[in-house]
Formats: sequence, C-alpha cells, structure tokens
Amino acid sequence: MKKKAKVSLTIDQRIKRRNFISFGVFGAMGAAAYGGWKWLYNAPQEVPGVTAGTRAPLRRALNKTELFFRRLTFNENHLVKTYPVEMAVKTVRHNEDIGSDSTIDFDQWKLEVIKNNGQKLYVDLDQIKALPKTDLVFDFKCVEGWDQIQHWGGLLMRDFVRHFGLDEETSLDYMGLTTPDKQYYVGLDMPSAMHPQTLLAYEMNGKPLPPQHGKPLRLIIPVKYGIKNLKRIGSMTFSNQRPPDYWAEQGYDYYSGL
Amino acid sequence: MKAIKEKHPLVMRWTHWINFPLLGIMIWSGLLIYWANDVYTVTIFGHTFVRFFPQWFYDALHIPQRLSEGMAFHFLFMWFFTLNGIFYVLYTAISGEWRHLLPNKHSFKEAWLVLLHDLHIKKTAPPQGKYNAAQRIAYTAIILMGAGSVLTGLAIYKPVQFNWLTWLMGGYHLARIWHFVLTLGYVFFFLVHVIQVVLAGWNNFRSVISGFEVIRQHEPKINIETDEKES
Repeated sequence: MKKKAKVSLTIDQRIKRRNFISFGVFGAMGAAAYGGWKWLYNAPQEVPGVTAGTRAPLRRALNKTELFFRRLTFNENHLVKTYPVEMAVKTVRHNEDIGSDSTIDFDQWKLEVIKNNGQKLYVDLDQIKALPKTDLVFDFKCVEGWDQIQHWGGLLMRDFVRHFGLDEETSLDYMGLTTPDKQYYVGLDMPSAMHPQTLLAYEMNGKPLPPQHGKPLRLIIPVKYGIKNLKRIGSMTFSNQRPPDYWAEQGYDYYSGL
Repeated sequence: MKAIKEKHPLVMRWTHWINFPLLGIMIWSGLLIYWANDVYTVTIFGHTFVRFFPQWFYDALHIPQRLSEGMAFHFLFMWFFTLNGIFYVLYTAISGEWRHLLPNKHSFKEAWLVLLHDLHIKKTAPPQGKYNAAQRIAYTAIILMGAGSVLTGLAIYKPVQFNWLTWLMGGYHLARIWHFVLTLGYVFFFLVHVIQVVLAGWNNFRSVISGFEVIRQHEPKINIETDEKES
C-alpha cells in the first residue's frame, strides 16, 4: 500500500517528504537528547547519607558501575605492582591536612578498635611495631591524577587482624576508619581492607611518619585512590552498612577502587 | 532529471549523531578531571612551548573543584560511548559497510592526492566510492582512536584489576598520556571534519541526516557508484 502512494509522488515530492520526515525526527531526537541532558544535569541531589554531593541518578550510576567492575574483576590476589626501593621518591607529595591538623599527644595515642560486642580494644604503637614489619614500594595514585612511587613500612592489616583476633569483625562487609578529631573518615569494603598489600603504616622512606603524612599511624591501601588512605588513624569500626566517608559525602565514588 | 541515491543506512546515521553529544560530554567531563591536576605541557630543551589552557579559560569555565562532578559524568557516559562504538563496529562488519570504510592498498597513496586536491594544489581528485581515500583512513582511524580511548581509560580506571591492560598500554602514566593525546586527536578531527562538511556542501550534509543524495541524471556521472539500488 505504501509503495503505491510512493509511485504517485514526483521525485521532488519524494525528496521533500523524506527530508521532512528525517529532519523532523532528527530535530525531535535532538530536542529529546537536550531535554534528557537538562534533566540529568539538574536532577535532584541525592539524599545525604554515607554519600552525598552528587545528583541522584549519577550516584546510582557510580554505584552500579563500581559493582559491575567488582563482580567482573575484583580479586584480592590482584596485587599492585611493586618497585625497587631506589625508585621511591625522596619528597613525598602531601595534599591534605583534614583530620591530621589538630594537636594530639602522640605519647598518649592508642588505636581504638570497636569490636562487634561493643568491647573496645586499645592498641599502642609499640604493640604494632612489635609485629613483623612489611615494606611496600608502589605507585601511589591520587584521584586528582598524579601518581608517585612511594615507600611505606608498617603492619599488614591482615597481620593486625589475625594477631588481635578480629576475624569475626572482618567477616562483616565494611570497615570504618576515623581520625582522633573525627574530621576525616573513610569507609572501606572489607575485601579491599583485607587486601594482602593493605598496610597500617608507621614508616615512610624507612623513618617514622612525619606529622603531615599521618603520624603516628596511617592507612596505605594500594587498591584505592589516595583519598581513602586515611592519615592519623584514631578508631576502627566494623559494620554491614557502609560507614560514612568524607569524600563520598563530597560527591566522589564511595569505593574509589583501582 | 533529479534522482534519489541512497547513501548512508539508518544505523550509520544514528550511531554517528548519537556519538556527537556523547563525545562532547566525554571531552567536557574528562577536562573537569584533567583540570584537577593540570600538568601536561609540551616542553623541549627546558622551554615550555605549550601549556594547555590559559588562565582566562579557567576563569570563564569555573574549573576548580569540579573533579567529582567530572568523574561522575565520565563514568556514566563511558558506557554509552563504548556501547555505541561496539554497535557501530558490529553493524559495519555484518552489513558489509566496512567495504566502503576500511582503507585498501591504494588508499594511502590516494589520500595524498585527495589532500593535494583539497588544498587546491591539484585540480583532479582520484575516483572514489562512497568515501574517498582520505575519508577511509580518517574514519577508520577515529574508530581505532575510540577503541584506544576505551582501553587506555580502563587501564587508568582500574590499574590494579586490569593490570595486564595497564601494562599493555605502557603503564599507568603513559596510559594517562595516551588517553589525553587521543582527546586532542578528537578535537583536531572535529575541526577538520566540520570544515570538510561545510566545504562539501548541503547535499553531502543532508545525506548524513536523511540518508540520500540527490543526483542529476542527465549530467555525466563521474565518480558515482551506480551499483546500489534505490529502495
């Protein structure tokens, strides 16, 4: 039936007709795309919780994308490439002081571990240093895009957990770490926290940590961007819900995994 | 006597136009990420020749502090960019359109002649099918560039989980530079592409929206393939 109608049209009419249809559809799709973009760009902010700061649909996409890649690729045996110690930079770049800029008495410092049963465990630096030290020279990656080969030394998180009998706690989904002044905090999925290269670091370039790099104890988690590498750890918690995360509240991906 | 000559199939037109805003969003959001740590320059013998983006550019576009926004958009639209690209390649492979698009053994020599012709140095261009030799090379290159962007992008997005890919791309640092250089490549391609479209005129532009060209049949048909049927 359509064909018959076509035959009766002249070439000019057919050209006009097809132009009208295709440009009409093109214009309509263009307008729809623009409308969709405007909708997305002005979509409501997510409800502030452990994450905030971004548009709700974008947050959904970030979470889904991260889950997709985790299911596809995450394997705790995927190790971060390590380098010979000579390749480590002498001047380690320093970006932020949030949470590590208040004054604390370093001699009084203890790591507070809040266990499942509500019991609190306090660990001082000597107890941590008494356990086997692990050195790690790896390419530290900042979410801003710079990277540096850095040399850290400390206690593997795995060794820490094993020694202090936290197996029950680490069977939960998340670990939360907070600075003593509670100004900076990160939430970590347990597989990343328990990654065989995750360190509770107390040394940088073979010397005790300088204050601006997180004295007395900081996290070095090579499977995450630098924003997750909390300086000056105060307390450690465990949960099946995502703990609050400073940069995720500013709109960054919660996992920030590499 | 005018006649309608079919040129671009519907899928080719759609993937082309869908890619246009997608690539725009990818470049924009990518720059928001890049600007968090704006380090790339072209420095030869200690003299910096190119420092990307002068100060007024930053001021005009309110650049600082938009890293998280850039990442959120980049990691959403990368899906559409990748899927559109995969769909395009599959379609060209299955439909046989690749025959018009892939360079053949004459293309590299002919592309040179096309360039001379476009620059008005040479009067005649070599005979061509749907695309000329320079177009074949450019349009194939842009697909390879797209694949390169996706692969280098994955290499810097998950350098630990895709460590083999990061290694293949020359390491984290180099993958990042490739990713950036490819973006410059798109901008360059876009400029040349738009200029060529303007020069080629309405009939050519219309064919990328409507799918057909209008030809005049009483004129001698030079360089036009006639083996395609009208539908």
